[in-house]
Amino acid sequence: MNILVCVKRVPETGGRVSLSADGREIDTRYLGFTVSPHEECATEEAVRLIEANGGSSTVLTLGPETAADQLRAALAIGIDRAILLETDGQDWDPVSTAAAIVAAVRAEAAAGVTYDLLLMGNEAADSGDFQVGIRVALALGLPCINGVKSLEVRDGVATARREAGGGWEVFQVPLPAVVAVREGINLPRYPSVPGRLRAKKKEIERFVPEGRGTGVAAGSSGPAGPDKIRLRLPAETEGRVEILGSGADAAPAVVDLLERIGVLSA
Amino acid sequence: MILAFVEQAGGRPDRSSLEALTFARRLAAGMGVPLGAVLFGADAAAAATELGAYGVGSAWVVEHADLDSYAPAAWGRSVAGLVGVASPSIVLAAGTDRGHEVLAYAAAMVDAPMAANCLEIRPGDSFEVTRQRWGGSLLEDASLAGPVRFVTIAEHATQPQDVPTPLVVKVESFRPSLAESDLRVRVVARVAPEVGKVSLADARVVVGGGRGVGGSEAFSELEELAGLLHGAVGVSRVVTSAGWRPHSQQVGQTGTRIAPDIYIACGISGAIQHIVGCKAAKAILVINTDPEAPIMSRAAYAVIGDLHAVVPAISAEIRRRQAS
Repeated sequence: MNILVCVKRVPETGGRVSLSADGREIDTRYLGFTVSPHEECATEEAVRLIEANGGSSTVLTLGPETAADQLRAALAIGIDRAILLETDGQDWDPVSTAAAIVAAVRAEAAAGVTYDLLLMGNEAADSGDFQVGIRVALALGLPCINGVKSLEVRDGVATARREAGGGWEVFQVPLPAVVAVREGINLPRYPSVPGRLRAKKKEIERFVPEGRGTGVAAGSSGPAGPDKIRLRLPAETEGRVEILGSGADAAPAVVDLLERIGVLSA
Repeated sequence: MILAFVEQAGGRPDRSSLEALTFARRLAAGMGVPLGAVLFGADAAAAATELGAYGVGSAWVVEHADLDSYAPAAWGRSVAGLVGVASPSIVLAAGTDRGHEVLAYAAAMVDAPMAANCLEIRPGDSFEVTRQRWGGSLLEDASLAGPVRFVTIAEHATQPQDVPTPLVVKVESFRPSLAESDLRVRVVARVAPEVGKVSLADARVVVGGGRGVGGSEAFSELEELAGLLHGAVGVSRVVTSAGWRPHSQQVGQTGTRIAPDIYIACGISGAIQHIVGCKAAKAILVINTDPEAPIMSRAAYAVIGDLHAVVPAISAEIRRRQAS
């Protein structure tokens, strides 16, 4: 089987976030970058499915030249090919992002490469748009399952489970299909040293996506968006911490507190 | 009109949908437009009549032999079809799995953009929203184009509030025209929740463990305290990435959102992705050796010290009091 996995490069934020001077981006001067967590798991899932079923996997990202780092990370754990849809570093809205992925999949098909499965993350860690997979699936005429935390592929049928109300909902679709996964579907492996070396030598296929920076969705009759105006940090509710004590000696004060708020019947 | 996709089970609207309706009602009043609702599934008509208390004047119950079971694309197609009938200027849903999914389908089907997890909407010529990024640790002001605006409303941001004088809801049935391809994705089976287990999302007490716990075995100390408090254990992403605990226990942006009476955060530094998962807690008690840990700024209470000394001491103190 052939799998295409779509990933996004995002900053590795820690305890605090600060914004760039124009307020449109996170200040990343002191931050590293990583793959959005759901997509890291999508990549691992692609590698496992190919290990189990045979075939070939390709990773794709829409992002700046530096997103090649995230593609190499995927190659290092066993993805076979990498495609970079190179942007000028601006954020692309979800409508335009989906259009770029659809155009890339069609270009692959025209070159004789078709995919049985498109794996994505359920939502990107940064923009959280919750829609790219669905837009891609609709445009390509494929079924789409979202929020997947368990996936099985057998005899051309994908069976997927997602969490719902403490239990699970089970979906089943014939391939080809789009499946958007959540972190927890697997525990991603660390790349091996030989894996990293292999990844370093591999060629990354680069394309310039159509519609770059226009804000108009390629191949759609409607508007793109939402259009980012600015980012803001939420107002902090600056609380005063009451220090109950130090070390084991604080235990009685903690239990007093638990009794006071009523989670421990005295 | 503002048209709201309302989720319901057993004839009762979901809490998150009532939050979204409360948000929508205030927005509709400001715009001087009516509020309508669309519902699916068995008992949808019963749930529809309850919505008058939330300012809904008209409701459509989607009727189709194949639609009682959840089918995201077909539900989305139905909402898109209803847009042609009801001509809303805004289509809205709660920012839940189904809310996001159904609205994303409907928006894509009518070639409109969609803004997810909105906290504010400023209608007008330049229709602007404020929405959550990074699970809510960052906000984005954005404009949204199109004759119909599709938005989901962030969960836990609005308290559901009914109106003093409920409206009488005009309930109509709506028969969508579906393509065969719309019915490919459907819930084919359900697995019920485990009986008797305290779920992380609903627990009144959550005992959280982070990198400071140091390994999988040491979680028994947290399990013991959680057991004494009839609560659940939650963990940070570091812990699940290290394989110390299963992902189902993860609290945060890519895990579970919790809203307990108290969250006891042990050995957790407080990355923003973790904070967005626990900020709905009524109080946070931090147990940490580092008084400068970022999570301290979110805490109401703190104990400075090694969790391996403090947590067993708390459990021992609870046992001592229970025995006396």
